[in-house]
This record gives sequence, structure tokens and C-alpha cells, in this order.
Amino acid sequence: MNIDEVAEELIEDFDLFDDWADKYEYIISLGKDLPGMSEADKTEEHIVKGCQSQVWLKAKQDGDKVIFEADSDAIITKGIIALLVKVFNGQNSKDIVNNNLAFIDQIGLKEHLSPNRSNGLVAMVQKMKTYALVFSNNK
Amino acid sequence: MVETKSIIELRADFPILSREINGKPLVYFDNGASAQKPNLVIDRVSKYYQFENSNIHRGVHTLSQEATSAYEEARRKIQKYINSPLEEEVIFTKGTTDGINLVANGFSRGVLQKGDEIIISEMEHHSNIVPWQMACEYTGAILKVAPINDDGELILSAFKELLNSKTKLVAITHVSNTLGTINPVKEIVELAHQNGTPVLLDGAQSVPHMKVDMQDLNCDFYALSGHKMFGPTGVGILYGKKEWLDKLPPYQGGGDMIKTVTFEKTTYNDLPHKFEAGTPNIAGGIGLGAAVEYLEGIDWKAIHIHESELLAYATEQIQEIEGIRLIGTAKDKAGVLSFVHDKAHHYDLGTIMDQLGVAIRTGHHCTEPLMHRFKVTGTARASFAFYNTKEEVDLFIAALKRALNMLL
Repeated sequence: MNIDEVAEELIEDFDLFDDWADKYEYIISLGKDLPGMSEADKTEEHIVKGCQSQVWLKAKQDGDKVIFEADSDAIITKGIIALLVKVFNGQNSKDIVNNNLAFIDQIGLKEHLSPNRSNGLVAMVQKMKTYALVFSNNK
Repeated sequence: MVETKSIIELRADFPILSREINGKPLVYFDNGASAQKPNLVIDRVSKYYQFENSNIHRGVHTLSQEATSAYEEARRKIQKYINSPLEEEVIFTKGTTDGINLVANGFSRGVLQKGDEIIISEMEHHSNIVPWQMACEYTGAILKVAPINDDGELILSAFKELLNSKTKLVAITHVSNTLGTINPVKEIVELAHQNGTPVLLDGAQSVPHMKVDMQDLNCDFYALSGHKMFGPTGVGILYGKKEWLDKLPPYQGGGDMIKTVTFEKTTYNDLPHKFEAGTPNIAGGIGLGAAVEYLEGIDWKAIHIHESELLAYATEQIQEIEGIRLIGTAKDKAGVLSFVHDKAHHYDLGTIMDQLGVAIRTGHHCTEPLMHRFKVTGTARASFAFYNTKEEVDLFIAALKRALNMLL
């Protein structure tokens, strides 16, 4: 599936929830299901700055594709980054760079996850895009 | 508790408290970050803009004269409220941070020499750390840090040992924003003065919970913020003893702070104007005067009992929850409850509780060294004001339990 198809699935999932608690419970479960990173990888290089909780993001190149690993010490934050990993993992680096992030609004999380909530959503996406940009120039 | 009716009456003065957040009644427990404003303040600021707005201290026209008297009247109200001996010892600032920077800047230009020492404490807010680090960088002075114990109380014997002939200033908080600890500031001032050292007190967190008296405290400087004492944002007060304010050079240059200006030589205005360059936050100053007027009408003894009972009740309730650890268990505390949970992150707790209408603060509270001292990355903090109630504590505890249920 490409980025838009994965995003579309997520949008449909979120459409099923009619209250905030269901949405958060889903995000929390995404966070719990995301395999963490090894302590050795939780380095300054991988840290996402601008979050109130600690977030780490690592990426490796696999041909045209980007493989992400992420972790956070807060479970909601980990759920948010898990959501982003779900969308971008294994995708073409150029597609990641060019994605307009419309799915974040469509999921209906904008009111909860706007940049001023210090959850670092913007910083996370920026770091993912930076990895993708480096890899796409790296071939 | 104070008769419930009187607290309910007080609440009615604060329109924002009847708001709903996410469909739930607002429980505002982030008073340490900023307190809410009574109608008296809101209406006074609005009246200024509707009927009196103009620049102060220079116009010959009626509006300017009215605005000037309202602004200077506010200064006198604040002077009386904090019991400052002289009107010119009350300097309008942008807030506590601005007041501390004013003093740090002045001390950097003429008071501090290489090798001199400044004492702060381990529980200081960044705004009572960084200005002194900058002053040290500039002058070659050295920053000394008085330690605290595991309850979050200043170790007075260790503080005493730091005082010596090189100590040029003690800068310490009256009440800790993160721990709620009320420091024995009168004792600190006495000890410092015995050593010939002036004292600056950071009063940002004390003024919402108590009436402060400059003559009783006998400190040399006292910095406070308007918005934390139910006044407007962007305005504060620096109280300074005249002998010190006369000694310090002006902080900023500009209009209003001068007597005469020529390209060869400028002479500075008298206190307090020497430290008030440029058009000030006139509406803010007048609004702060109204806040002080409001606080004058408060029975602080009853409020102290109410707030102590609220804190004791919340402390007792939260400790019944498994996995909770309180950060800051000083014997003498103002209305602050900082806590961590051994499995849930403070950010997650704050996020879920907000959905339930409960506003708390999470993070390091601008006290990173203190977080290191307690080996935590941050805490969740509930901070109370006199308008909070026992029923709100119940809603807070229920929200915390619900959040833990969802997260664990």
C-alpha cells in the first residue's frame, strides 16, 4: 500500500470513534504495540527536539524505501509516532518528502494534536522528512 | 474550610471559572502558571481603553493627565499593599523575570567584581538562575548553589556556610513554583544582612497565596508578576530599597527615564522613572492596581486556612493512589502539589486530564536543575488558588484515576 492508502485506512478507523476517549484509547494501543528501541539507540542523534516527553526516531535506507524505528517515554506520544510510522514505514523516500500531511487533519486529531500542544507532532514529521530527504539524495 | 458560601461568592467574581472545557466544567489547577482575573480587573482594563487611553507622563491634555493619575494611583495602591516605605521604591516591570534581569544587569555594571559570589538555591526557577549566570559570565563572579533536602526544603546550615566576605548577593525564591516550599525568607535575609549581603526575593509564587510586607521581610529587592496575583499579563513589580535603586545604573535607555539629553551628556531621571524607559504597559499597571484593590478586600487569614485544607485534602487523596510519588513534601508549603507516577508519564496524565476538563501543568516547570535533583524528567503539578474547592479536588482525583485506567 502507498502512503495515501495507509492514511485512508487510518482515517476510516478514526471515523468509527465517536468520542475522544475512544480515539485516545486507540492511540494508546498503537503506542503499546509499537516495538520500542534499544537503550543503546536512544542517543542524542535520534532524539526529536521540541517534545515535552522524550522521543527518539531512527531510520535506515532500504533501496528507495525508508524503514523507521521510534520510541517515547510517554505512551500517547509513542502512539502518535506509531501512527506516523504506520503511514511512512517502508515507503519511497521521495513520497515521504512530498507528502502534504493532509491525513493528520482528516483523522480528526488536529484539535488534539495541534503543534501548540507540545506533543512535538510537527518536530516528529520534520525529522522523518529530513531522514527521507537525506536518503533520497543519497542514492 | 472557610464557609463554602464565601468561596462560591469569590468564584463568581471570576467569569472564566464558569467555562466548560471539552464539555466538562473547568477545574483550573494551573494557577502557578497564571491565575485567573476577577471582573474588577477585567472591567478596569476595559474602562481604561474605552475612556482614558493615552500616553502618560507627558501630555498636557486631559486624557493624558487622567491616564497618568490612574497609573500613578495604581503604583500607590501597590506600594500600600506590599507596605513599601516609599512610592519610588515600586518599579513597574514586565514581570518577575524582567525585575530579576533589571537587578542582575545593574549588579553586572558596577557592583560585581571578578571572584565575587552570588548565592542562589537548588529550587530556583530558570529566571532566577540564568540572569545570574549571565552576570557571572560578564563580570567573572561565581554562582554558588545552596542545596535542599529530599523534602524540598532549603538546608539552612549549608546556606550559612556559603556566606562569606565575597558574597555580594543572595537571590532566592520566596515560594518554589515546582515544590510549593515556603522558604524561611526572614531568616535568610537576617543571615545575609549579618554578612553585609543584600537579598533579592523571587515573589512570583508567594503573592497569590499571601500578603507580603516589604518592611517586615526587610529584603533589598522583591520581584513579582501581575498575572500570577490575579492581575493582567505583561506587568509586574520590582520593589527595591531606595539606597540600592539609587546605586544601580539604569537598565534600559529611552524616553521617560531621562532628565536632559544632549549628544554630549544625558542625565537620568529620578526613581522610579530611571528604571521605566519607554511607554509602559499602562493598562497593565492600572489593571494590577485593580487586582491589588481586589486582594485588599480578601480575608487572608481565612484564605490561608482554606488553601491549607485544600492542599492537605488533595495530598491525602492522591497518596491513596498506587504508584504516586509526591515531589516536594516540605513542612511549610503553599498550594502546590507536584507528583509523578511510577508507570504513567506526566505528559500522558496531563493530556487525558485536559480532556476531562482538568487543567494541570506538566513538564520541568522551568526548574531543570531541580528535576535532576529529584531524578525525574518532569512532574505533573496541580496548583491551587483561593477560588478552588474541595469538590474540584474530587474531580481532579477522579480524572487522575480515569487517566491512569486508560494509560496502564
